[in-house]
Amino acid sequence: MSAPSYTRADFQTDQEVRWCPGCGDYTILASVQQFLAGLNRNREEFVFISGIGCAARFPYYVNTYGMHSIHGRAPAIASGVATTRPDLSVWVITGDGDALSIGGNHLIHTLRRNVNLKILLFNNQIYGLTKGQYSPTSEVGKTTKSTPFGSIDYPFNPISLALGAEASFVARTLDMDRTHTQSILEAAYKHEGAAFIEIYQNCNVFNDKAFIQISGKEERLHNRIDLEVGKPIVFDGGAKAIIIRDGEATIVDSSSVDPKAILVHDPTRPNPSVAYALSRLSHGPYGPTPLGIFRDVARPTYDSALNEQLEQALEKLGEGDLKKLVASHGTWTVSPEGNGASGNGSKS
Amino acid sequence: MADEIATSETSSTRTEVLERVVVRFAGDSGDGMQLAGNRFTDASALFGNDLATLPSFPAEIRAPAGTLPGVSSFQVQIADFDILTAGDAPDCLVAMNPAALMKNFQDLRQGGTLILNTDAFDERNLAKAGYQSNPLEDDSLEGFRVIKVPMDELTKEAVKDSGVSGRNVLRSKNFFALGLLAWLFHRPTEPTIEWVEKKFAKHPEVAAANKMAFKAGYTFGVATEATKTTFEVKPAHLRPGTYTNINGNTGLAWGLITAAQKAGLPLFYGTYPITPASDILHELSRRKNFGVRTFQAEDEIAGVGTAIGAAFAGNLAVTGSSGPGIALKSEGISLAFMVELPLIVINVQRGGPSTGLPTKPEQSDLLFSLYGRHGEAPLPVIAAASPSDAFECAIEAARIALTYMTPVMLLSDNHIANGSEPWLLPDIDAIPDIEVSFAKHPNGPDGAFLPYMRDVNTFARPWAVPGTPGLEHRIGGLEKEAISGNVSYDPANHQLMTDTRAWKVANIANDIPLLEVAGEEDADLLVLGWGSTSGAIRAAARRARLEGRKVATANLRYLNPMPTNTSDVLHSYEKILIPEVNTGQLLKLIRAEHLLDAVGINKVAGEPFKVSEITEKIMEMTK
Repeated sequence: MSAPSYTRADFQTDQEVRWCPGCGDYTILASVQQFLAGLNRNREEFVFISGIGCAARFPYYVNTYGMHSIHGRAPAIASGVATTRPDLSVWVITGDGDALSIGGNHLIHTLRRNVNLKILLFNNQIYGLTKGQYSPTSEVGKTTKSTPFGSIDYPFNPISLALGAEASFVARTLDMDRTHTQSILEAAYKHEGAAFIEIYQNCNVFNDKAFIQISGKEERLHNRIDLEVGKPIVFDGGAKAIIIRDGEATIVDSSSVDPKAILVHDPTRPNPSVAYALSRLSHGPYGPTPLGIFRDVARPTYDSALNEQLEQALEKLGEGDLKKLVASHGTWTVSPEGNGASGNGSKS
Repeated sequence: MADEIATSETSSTRTEVLERVVVRFAGDSGDGMQLAGNRFTDASALFGNDLATLPSFPAEIRAPAGTLPGVSSFQVQIADFDILTAGDAPDCLVAMNPAALMKNFQDLRQGGTLILNTDAFDERNLAKAGYQSNPLEDDSLEGFRVIKVPMDELTKEAVKDSGVSGRNVLRSKNFFALGLLAWLFHRPTEPTIEWVEKKFAKHPEVAAANKMAFKAGYTFGVATEATKTTFEVKPAHLRPGTYTNINGNTGLAWGLITAAQKAGLPLFYGTYPITPASDILHELSRRKNFGVRTFQAEDEIAGVGTAIGAAFAGNLAVTGSSGPGIALKSEGISLAFMVELPLIVINVQRGGPSTGLPTKPEQSDLLFSLYGRHGEAPLPVIAAASPSDAFECAIEAARIALTYMTPVMLLSDNHIANGSEPWLLPDIDAIPDIEVSFAKHPNGPDGAFLPYMRDVNTFARPWAVPGTPGLEHRIGGLEKEAISGNVSYDPANHQLMTDTRAWKVANIANDIPLLEVAGEEDADLLVLGWGSTSGAIRAAARRARLEGRKVATANLRYLNPMPTNTSDVLHSYEKILIPEVNTGQLLKLIRAEHLLDAVGINKVAGEPFKVSEITEKIMEMTK
């Protein structure tokens, strides 16, 4: 069978897209559809599972198999699909409230198990669907409907969290940068196992310009740190560089250090310490912030390990025989004559 | 070492033949009482008795030694006829320490046999159990047949050449007690010896010690003529065929595996460990060569979540738990109901609310199973009545879930889960296939796929699994437009869909067996039960009939929808008695749905009904 040939339109549905005009979700949807079309993989082999939130409407707009499920549980539901159907490409669409608040437990355990899922976390640092409460990634002091005197909740750093949860693939991208988004999607798709992608997504209604330091025409020149595999990490037009000093990733003037001291980016380091150090360069998009792949390492996936156990059991024990199973705890026979019983007390 | 055990042929003891006998083993939770009880049960099963067991253990794994909370017990009734319960009162109690005696003595039948490990009756243990004076020395045990055995000393002596040393020596004393009981009740000894050899094949010294202790216990009975009377219970006249001894959790697990094979689907079990449901996970996780995938999730919610995903992906999907876990799964179950995917939800009920009595039986989740969801979300609910019925109920739950594309609540409880009974092995080939047909082709105009276009008979929507070309579609928790499955906020559509989902479930009543009544046609009283009370109800009715009372009984396996003849059956009796191990949940339902003045007998004491409790009520109502 020849590979299918698709355009973005093949991945659009007849459902009216109902996000607020100007929402970053539109751009991400376009990036994903464009990316899927370019894979030349049968459309029916994709499954998109989401939880609840603005981002979670996503599956309704992608013409593949999909489920809009319940708040925070998408990684669990997707795990049920992925572990039983290794032939499929399973994607999770989630947000900062969905993945990091109500669904935090599922996220960390899914990453730890390394289930073959691609998790796209749309981080807009606010609750949109419930109309503007602070989220677990909102900055301290943020004034919202539920924090009229400013938020006193210390936020998560999603990249640090994913690394701490033993994720084998961790990346960050930006809604507006479709080329960058698609390159990250490509790498995640190729990765065997759980891939975690934080996508900075602008909510122009409740948290506009949250990412202006990274996306603004002027600001991004100084603050966007592109992590490029095999290259020294420099930014601000080469004026600034990252070195590791006293165990921490540190921003220095490029001219002040030996070029050899500049950290060369390698997401395949088995030890996540350097990736973690890079994630601590910023605790939010408020100054110099890295985008790109923090970590990309090979580790056995849960689904392949489970399916291997099934194959091994089949090889060792043969195909399950129900008649043997029900007799496996020892049996005895009552003869038609009545009293006599003869037994076989062996346990298998 | 001779492998034969001296028999009692030469002794002067008398053998009394009994129709049935109830034996209870009681000791510290580390004394191996469950093991001893299980061995006694297996030997009796192989001998051909009918039997029923009731284990009882503390919630703590190892409560402090010698204390009342640390007492673990195992009761088994063996009989030469088809018995229905594990018995009300033990005829014989083995108490390995004062705490075990203190906790169980009041249950012992007047004049019953008491086997005591006298070595454990020291001052410290007596004080821990709350004894002011030593029952071995005062007159509190008068009227009972007491066999005093210095079990620690005799076990130590018996196993001295086994190679086991130190504190481990005393671990064989449960086998000493078991040997003594084998003598007292004329149990065959070979099954136990064979079992020990197999079980401890990798630890020959442990095997040797256990065999030595077992034989010493038996020989102790013979040599000392520990009691003048021994007892024999002849094999039961069970239906001819091959039997095994089964408990409810195994019954459920094997039923699920069978259902998956009969449906031609892989089985998926997503769950989180919880007492008393964990053994289902343990059993299923061993059966990977049957294509069974088990997923020990991070929590109960992920347990049901993974199962919903597996159902979407085309598996026979199951999640299992006990009350508190089902509460956590509630939102997920509603999603499965809304997206109309097949899913089995097992609730092995235990004493509640909250952590409650986690190792004790209760039937208090009936109304929770029927109504414990947000929104209008009626589910089929079926309840197993016994360990062997659990096997059939699992298959039936799968049939309903797969035929009607709906989650199904499958109820068991701690009594069924850990209790065991002989089970006539089913004819596997005779179990009908469960028909499952995945959607393969578009069902709408212009090649469209309509995920909510329903089957005209079952009202089930099509099951189109990912990977099927041309049937890409999205489902979700938002209300769906009839037929197209698109998101819809239309008021009339919500009314239609709510009614349709309810109708789909109600219509299952036409596809289940009618409610069957056992007993006299012209009985004055119908005793109606559900779940694990079934055995006690039938036994109680049997006793009442011996007293000349006209009693009928019925077991409601299908609690939603109920069989179509339920109302007619119930209205044909003047009086209805509903025994439940809760405060009257089916009672409330029957009174509300059928406008009947039914009467309840209710109990939530962490134990099943005694047959006598129900008999008494029947006698009172049929005066």
